[in-house]
Amino acid sequence: MAFEYEKYLRMDKIPHLWCPGCGIGVVLKAMLRSVENMGWDKNDIAFVSGIGCTSRAPGYIDCNTLHTTHGRALSFATGIKLAQPAKHVVVFSGDGDATAIGGNHFIHACRRNIDITLVVVNNNTYGMTGGQHSPTTPIGYKASTTIYGNIDPTFDICLLAKAAGASYVARATVNKGKMLEKYITKGFEHKGFSVIVATANCHTQFGRKNKMSDPISARKWIESREIPIDKARNMKALELNDKIITGEFISEEPEQTYWENYNHPIHEYTEAYQRIREKAQAQDKH
Amino acid sequence: MKKSVRFYSGAELVGKAAIDAGCRFFGGYPITPSSEIAEYMSVEMPKVNGTYIQMEDEIGAMGSIIGASLTGAKVLTATSGPGFSLKQENIGYAYMAEVPCVICNVMRGGPSTGLPTALAQADIMQAKWGTHGDHPVIALTPAYLEEIYELTIKAFNFAEIYRMPIMLLLDEVIAHLSAAIELPKKEMLVIKDRRKPTVPPEKYFPYDTAYGDVPPMANFFEGYRYHVTGLSHDKTGFPTTDPDLVQADQERHLRKVKANINNIIDYEYYQMKDAEVIVFAYGSTARAARVAVDNARKLGIKVGMMRFRVIWPLPETEILKLCSKAKAIIIPEMNMGQLSDVIERYAADRTKILRINHVGGVPIHPTDICNVIKEAI
Ligand SMILES: Cc1ncc(C[n+]2csc(CCOP(=O)(O)OP(=O)(O)O)c2C)c(N)n1
Repeated sequence: MAFEYEKYLRMDKIPHLWCPGCGIGVVLKAMLRSVENMGWDKNDIAFVSGIGCTSRAPGYIDCNTLHTTHGRALSFATGIKLAQPAKHVVVFSGDGDATAIGGNHFIHACRRNIDITLVVVNNNTYGMTGGQHSPTTPIGYKASTTIYGNIDPTFDICLLAKAAGASYVARATVNKGKMLEKYITKGFEHKGFSVIVATANCHTQFGRKNKMSDPISARKWIESREIPIDKARNMKALELNDKIITGEFISEEPEQTYWENYNHPIHEYTEAYQRIREKAQAQDKH
Repeated sequence: MKKSVRFYSGAELVGKAAIDAGCRFFGGYPITPSSEIAEYMSVEMPKVNGTYIQMEDEIGAMGSIIGASLTGAKVLTATSGPGFSLKQENIGYAYMAEVPCVICNVMRGGPSTGLPTALAQADIMQAKWGTHGDHPVIALTPAYLEEIYELTIKAFNFAEIYRMPIMLLLDEVIAHLSAAIELPKKEMLVIKDRRKPTVPPEKYFPYDTAYGDVPPMANFFEGYRYHVTGLSHDKTGFPTTDPDLVQADQERHLRKVKANINNIIDYEYYQMKDAEVIVFAYGSTARAARVAVDNARKLGIKVGMMRFRVIWPLPETEILKLCSKAKAIIIPEMNMGQLSDVIERYAADRTKILRINHVGGVPIHPTDICNVIKEAI
C-alpha cells in the first residue's frame, strides 16, 4: 500500500517552494516515514528549523512547528526539550545553517548529548541566498562567490558531530531514500543527540555552477562520489576530497580507546538534569 | 508569623522575584556584572522543578528561552552590554512571534567590552532600538532593592499580558548591593498568566485578532499544532507578503503597548508640588538625584524629581505638561544623553534641558547634580 504522506502534511500549504527535483523532498519523505515507523503522535512532536530552503520543511508538516533564526534552531530546540523532556524534538537544518552560522550551537548540542535528532540536508551550498559557497563546498568547485574555484576546506559534518560528542551519527544520500529512512528512524529511536546528514542535490544553485544543472546529472554526481564507510576507512585523505562517505559513524562501544572514541557521551542531558533536580530538592529538605 | 526578612543582593532579588512570578526556565551565559543572577538560578531552578541551562553563547541563551516559553514556561535570561547585543536578533524574533520572555540586562559601559565592572546606564537606547525593525518596547528601571523584586514580578506580568519580550534594566551598583529586605507575602502578589485559547484546535489561529490585540497563545504539545516563524505572517502564523496584512500586523504590535500605556507607565514624583526646576532620573542615578533635591531644598530652591520606574514607554502626557511649566529640566545619566535626547524632543523650546553625562564608571555624585540645580535658577 502506498504511504499516506497526507496524514503528516499540511496539504493546504502545498505546492511547496522548492525547485522541481530538489533533494529536500526525498529527505522530508524519509523523515515522515520515520515518524510513522515510530508511531509517534503528531501532537507530541516539535519540528524546529533555522533559515534556508531546507528550513522551510517544518512549515509543511502537521505538527508543532518552529521556524527560527538562521543557525539558531538547535538552541530553540534545546529550550523546548529541556522544558518538555518527554516530547520528541526534531531539527531540520541546511549545511550553512548547521555548520557555518550555527556551528557553535551544533558542536554544543553534540557535546550535551541532548535527546534531539538533527537532520542536516547537505547540498554543498547556500541554496536560498543564491548559491554562495558553504562549509561543505568541496575545494575546486564553483559557487556564486567562488567563480575562480573554492579554496576553503570543508567540514565533514559526520566526523565533526562525532568528535563533538553526538551519540548517533550517520550519512546517506537522497539517491537512497530507504537508507535515509533507516538512519533517521534509528536517530529517533536513539536516546541522545543524533545527527543524520542527508547529501542532497541542489542542481539549481550548486549544480548550475558545476556543469550539472538538472536533477539527474546532479544526483549522478552524488552517486559517483558515494563511498561506503568501510571502504573509506582504508583510503587516503587526498582521495576523499570531494567524496561522500555514507553509513553509520558511531560505534556504541564505550570500551574502545579514547583515541578511537574521543568524547563518548556519559549521559543523556535531560536525564542528567533530572538527577540534578532530585539532588537539589533532596538537599533543600535538610 | 515569622517575617521573611533576609539579606539579599539585587541579583538574587531578580531571581527570587522571577521564581515567585512563576519562572521555571533560565537560559544564560556568564557575563559581568550579571553573572550572579545566573548563579542564583543554577541553585534555585532545580529546587522548583525548573531548568537552568548555561548555553554556548547569548544568542543560544535567547533561543533556548524562546523555545521553552513556547511550551508554556515563564522564562528569564540575564546578561550585560555585549551579551545584550548578541541577543538582539532573537529578541526581534520574540517580538515578531509574540513569545513572552524577560531579559534582564545589568548594564555596563560600552561600546564593545567597555567597562565590564563599572557602573553605567549605557543600554537605555539599545533596549529600545537594539533589534532591526519596529516593535513595541517595555523596559523597567528599578532604583531600590525592594523595587527590583516588585518590578521583576511586574516584568513577568507584562510579558504574559502583552505576549512580548520585556527588558529589565539594572544598574551594576543596584545588582551588587546587598541589604536586609522584607519581601511582600506571597498571597499579596498579583501574578498574571498568558491567555490560552478556549476554542478547539481546528478553530485556533495563533495570531487571531478576533480576541483583541493580544491573541491567546497555545502551548506546544497541547494539540494545537501551529506554526511559528520570524517571517511576517498572517493570523494562521504562516508567512505572508501581503502589504496590507504586514502593515496591519505591525500596527497591532505597536498598539499592544500604545493602547495600554496608562497601565504600563510607572513613575514617582518627589518634592514636585511647587517645583520650578525638575530632575528627570532613573535607576541608581535617581538615588543621587534625590539627595541633591533634598540639599537644594535646604538652600531654598524649589526643585523636584520625576523618577521613571518604567523607562519605555515614557509617560508622554506628563512629561509634556512638565516641560511647559518647568524653568529647567535636569537629566543626570550614566551615558552620553540617551534619555536627554528624547526629552529634548518633547521640550522643544518650552524649557531648557541641562544634561549631566558621566561615562567613566564613577557614580554621579549628589553634589554634581546640586551644582547644576543651582545653575538652573
Ligand atoms: C543572520 C542571517 N544571516 C544571513 C541570512 C541570509 N541567509 C538566509 S538562508 C542562508 C543560507 C542558506 O544555506 P543553507 O543553510 O545551507 O540552507 P539551504 O538554503 O541550502 O537549504 C543565508 C546566508 C539570514 N537569514 N540571517
